[in-house]
Amino acid sequence: MNESEKLSSELHDIKQIMERSSRFISLSGLSGISAGICALIGAWFSNETIKDYDLSAVNLRRSLHGADTIAQAYFLYSRLFNIAIITFITALISSFIFTYRRSKKTNTPIWGTTARRLLINVTVPMVAGGIFLLALINNGIIGFVAPGCLLFYGLGVLNASKYTLPETRYLGYGEILLGLINLFFIGDGLYFWAAGFGILHILYGVFMWWKYEMN
Amino acid sequence: MKNPIENLNKTFDSRIRLGIMSALMVNASINFNDLKELINVTDGNLASHIKALEENGYIKVQKGFIGRKTNTLYSATKTGEKAFRTHLDALEKIIKNMN
Repeated sequence: MNESEKLSSELHDIKQIMERSSRFISLSGLSGISAGICALIGAWFSNETIKDYDLSAVNLRRSLHGADTIAQAYFLYSRLFNIAIITFITALISSFIFTYRRSKKTNTPIWGTTARRLLINVTVPMVAGGIFLLALINNGIIGFVAPGCLLFYGLGVLNASKYTLPETRYLGYGEILLGLINLFFIGDGLYFWAAGFGILHILYGVFMWWKYEMN
Repeated sequence: MKNPIENLNKTFDSRIRLGIMSALMVNASINFNDLKELINVTDGNLASHIKALEENGYIKVQKGFIGRKTNTLYSATKTGEKAFRTHLDALEKIIKNMN
């Protein structure tokens, strides 16, 4: 190896250590894809639930003149809430599995200073947003829940992108943009939800996988 | 023109020391174990290079505890940051001149 190559590889090492010590780089594109698929499945179930509800509500109104719609609505929202929670947990677990696998492959520890920093920075805006949205639900303002999820999630991702692969910020921008547009189409939350958490995650995951993991 | 090789710092003439300084440039402080994992060296090896950097005044050591376990934090001093930057600039210049 000549002198120039030696110095170049030294510079390369320096850059790599700076990256590795300040950013969590094991985040796998496959995690994005799997989370996106979970979200799409969740959105499909939610859509079916709403359709069923519309049908039964019509039947109910016919027979009872709408006496029990409040109980029905409560049932609907608790069912949708459960679907959302299950979707969130499966998405979290599946994305963890792929990122864990990647950390094994690249031989970087899954838990360390960088992972902790990433987690704190994504969690704080999301927990704040979650509490805010629960308060909205408590006050019966259901329409703002879907755009709120997208907005707060986008802010969390954008905030966390400083501590992981830098392209992650585009996912954050995308979610924020969808959330903002959704504010003007309040009834269509589920479609925006599927686009933001489903399709956008899959696009992001494919891109990251293609860029960092293909070979 | 001055030869940029003169600006290369002898203290940084080791991959491990370069690694330690690189990590400390982008982090406010790092503990011993994280540093060890990052650079992939043995305890003894890392400790001796840390000592050399410390003696040059390039890094400072802060001993603390997490519960009962010792937790030693390292961070770069102003002198260390400046010296490392000069070294990097020199490296870059040399490579540019070679190509």
